[in-house]
Amino acid sequence: MIPELGHFALILAAVVALIQGVLPLAGTVRENLAWQALARPSAALQFGLVAVAFACLTSSFLANDFSVSYVAQHSNTLLPKPYQVAAVWGGHEGSLLLWVLLLALWSVSVALFSRSLPLAMVARVLSVLGLISTGFLAFILTTSNPFERLLPAAPEGRDLNPLLQDPGLVIHPPMLYMGYVGMSVAFAFAISALLSGRLDAAWARWSRPWTVIAWTFLTFGIGLGSWWAYYELGWGGWWFWDPVENASLMPWLVGTALIHSLMVTEKRGSFKAWTVLLAIAAFSLSLLGTFLVRSGVLTSVHAFASDPSRGIFILIFLALVVGSSLTLFAWRAPQVTLGGSMGLLSRESLLLSNSVILVVATAAVLLGTIYPLIIDALNLGKLSVGPPYFNLVFAPLMVPLLFIMIPGTVAHWREARLSDIVRELRVVGLLALALALLLPFAMGAWSLGVVLGLFLGLWIALGTLQQVLFRVRKPGRIGASFWGMHLAHFGMAVLVIGITGVKSYEVERDVRMGLGEQVTIAPYSFKLVGLQEVKGPNYNAVRGEFDVFKDGQFLEKMYPEKRRYFSSAMPMTEAAIDSGFMRDLYVSLGESLGGTPAQWSVRVYYKPFVPWLWAGVLLMVAGGLLAALDRRYRRAVNKAAQPA
Amino acid sequence: MKKFLIPLALFLGLVVFLAVGLKRDPREIPSPLIDKPAPAFSLPTLDGNKAFGPEDLKGKVWMLNVWATWCVACREEHPVLVAFAQKNAVPIVGLSYKEIQPQDEQGGKLADDAKLKLARERSVVWLQRHGNPYSTTVMDLDGRVGINYGVYGVPETYVIDRQGIIRYKRVGVVTPQLLADKILPLIRSLETS
Amino acid sequence: MKRVLSSWWAVACFACASLLSVQALAKEAVPLAQEPEVEARLVKIAEELRCMVCQNESLASSHAELAEDLRREVRSLIKEGKNDDQVKEFLVARYGDYVLYRPEVKPLTWVLWFGPFLLFLIAVMGLLRYLRQRRQAMPAPAALSEAERARAEQLLKD
Repeated sequence: MIPELGHFALILAAVVALIQGVLPLAGTVRENLAWQALARPSAALQFGLVAVAFACLTSSFLANDFSVSYVAQHSNTLLPKPYQVAAVWGGHEGSLLLWVLLLALWSVSVALFSRSLPLAMVARVLSVLGLISTGFLAFILTTSNPFERLLPAAPEGRDLNPLLQDPGLVIHPPMLYMGYVGMSVAFAFAISALLSGRLDAAWARWSRPWTVIAWTFLTFGIGLGSWWAYYELGWGGWWFWDPVENASLMPWLVGTALIHSLMVTEKRGSFKAWTVLLAIAAFSLSLLGTFLVRSGVLTSVHAFASDPSRGIFILIFLALVVGSSLTLFAWRAPQVTLGGSMGLLSRESLLLSNSVILVVATAAVLLGTIYPLIIDALNLGKLSVGPPYFNLVFAPLMVPLLFIMIPGTVAHWREARLSDIVRELRVVGLLALALALLLPFAMGAWSLGVVLGLFLGLWIALGTLQQVLFRVRKPGRIGASFWGMHLAHFGMAVLVIGITGVKSYEVERDVRMGLGEQVTIAPYSFKLVGLQEVKGPNYNAVRGEFDVFKDGQFLEKMYPEKRRYFSSAMPMTEAAIDSGFMRDLYVSLGESLGGTPAQWSVRVYYKPFVPWLWAGVLLMVAGGLLAALDRRYRRAVNKAAQPA
Repeated sequence: MKKFLIPLALFLGLVVFLAVGLKRDPREIPSPLIDKPAPAFSLPTLDGNKAFGPEDLKGKVWMLNVWATWCVACREEHPVLVAFAQKNAVPIVGLSYKEIQPQDEQGGKLADDAKLKLARERSVVWLQRHGNPYSTTVMDLDGRVGINYGVYGVPETYVIDRQGIIRYKRVGVVTPQLLADKILPLIRSLETS
Repeated sequence: MKRVLSSWWAVACFACASLLSVQALAKEAVPLAQEPEVEARLVKIAEELRCMVCQNESLASSHAELAEDLRREVRSLIKEGKNDDQVKEFLVARYGDYVLYRPEVKPLTWVLWFGPFLLFLIAVMGLLRYLRQRRQAMPAPAALSEAERARAEQLLKD
């Protein structure tokens, strides 16, 4: 009964989404206010219906209803309850339903928080969102129905992939999807502006908080994914340039460019066409990511099981949405006005440069990701493009980007003088350089790469601190967006130093150990003191007990596990991680090597600066939240709004 | 004006590639050994009489089929091969690939001759049950010959010509369709050349 | 007082010594690999090679059986004295370009390797041209002279 109710709710939602997508938009063309006014209520109704469908699917999981095919594939009676809920989005069909739910959530949020916007604009924005929802709902209903019945019902489910049975899974996809889907709001605003022909500073100001919030979620989602891979996969890696990871990085890069471009458009009315293009690109990349993950064109550990019909549907949808947006852009953009004047060196030009670099970096990642596909499509063979390529190409592009970040915040609008900038930043620059040259001696090996990474990180950190100190001394209220911006920039600095540190100084030891033996990575040593069998809810495990010493003093115990889930033949490693401020200690239990006395293969890592990766991401997230919550966005009165 | 059309043009190009890509299987990897000599080897045979290598079949067009008793897909293609062998005079050499798996050695590592013995026994039983299309079966226990042939999954099948050059490789099961459309015509043309 | 302190010191020293000695007595585990230098080279090479049967994993980190076999081959090649390029050649001859995570720089991959750099150059030139053109279209108002600038700062401070 409940699955059918859910299915029915989805069908109704699709109908409502279609109404939401067509009528308000038609209403703006025909100047029919009643149709335009349908936008908000239909968005609310659509959200309610999709929420009902989602609730039905969740309840099927919690009730262990294995007569629903999707539940049988991804759940199990022994699966702990929280993971039964997470399993709702553990597979293709359910994750799409999550996508649609979040899209409806964003739509209804726009409906609620847009009182100060002209009705016609709201109508257009919600219509665009409605059309996108219609597409996704149609996709779900025709090719990916999560409520499909399995008759006769399976006696037991297949269980959630053990890799996914983890707290990280519970939040990583929802956060990531909030980011992906959130980019649709900026997209909808951009399309709406193109349609109405009113591309101005007001549009940029309305778009910006939505974009910042979406960016924040995306940052958090990507960071979570990285962190989760780090502790779950057992060998301490945190970024693999996997196609699906790239699919999340590309909208993030363009989203960053978009936020900064919106800033210029809002303040000076410049770069309107570029900003609109970025808004279209950010969401297009989200859609492209959806395609890549679900169509089977690329191999990836993240890819869902694919089906050619799904790939075709998404591709057509992608072609329609992006194709029509870019056509609209080509038609309307030439009529856009130029905005304020600017010098060759000015805050605008520096922001634009970084915007352009981000787009080049995105293009590089995109090229690397789909190059194998292009070569194969041209019948020229099969090749692989992996981390060595991306590291070689991406890192150098980041250097000018990171460097320009600071002059960008210092330069005056409209016209800046190089001598002014140099004067303001020379102390910071010299200090950063000096520290970057000297610190590696204290940390271990000295290399040019480390110096460069440290310099850029310190440059941003010190430059940001200087900005904050200067501003705090001046009178006047400081808005949340100021703090947000600098906090996010500072987070970036922390991230850069973290990446530099961990890549240059991490140490790995791969050893065979028997009881009583130890492995040393100065000043730490790890002694194996015990091995015991442990029973979990849906797995059996061997747990190792390690005593960890620092400089001979006992520090703590660590308990890595090797688990065998009942539902899977592959053993899973649960690494033991001890996180400090400056480093992680990482112990991973390998295989039993037999022999008497029994020996095990053990992998031990000393990973300096890893906690800085996560700290950097969290700082960026905090910065984003602060920036989005600035009071000027929450002011109810909108003086500039005119009837559209 | 024209420059505003560039994003659209680039995007449409991308869509074309993605559309073509949908028809491709990213997991199917073409072999670089096509039109190259079949790597030499000398492996023990199933019946244990004498070692066998590809030079022994010089002058004939023949097939090499990589299989193992633990391979589930091999069971699916086996009847096809048996039927083919009965109707055609093309020798099929079976390459028993890594018959002894890690789980067989969990109790303790086996000595080489013990491994070979066990592998032979298992293969004989399996072939008796499912039919034997092979003129010869060779035992590649450690998989090194497989690596030389670029084997990455079982079953795999090669067609080798009179001069010992590999002319075709199939990764995955051999279906009757494939035999009729690709393999047989190729063998015929190689035999007449 | 002194005697109490010194006896505490004695206890402390003894305790530390015992801890240290107990800990120091523990046997240092042997590296898993027979020859760590060979292994180190293996890992470096294998990180740039692709596991043929996995869903996008490197040869260094994969647990698949074929990956174990291929690592064994690479290990023996290294011991035979082959350099990195020869090892890669060995694998490419058998498995094709697919096995390399770092694509070779050849005409087929020129677009891949030089594309981003070219794009960067084009972007920089385009950016400069745009800014100049824009400047001509609407010249910025004349920059303030030093006197005017000083006056403006004075006004702002008040």
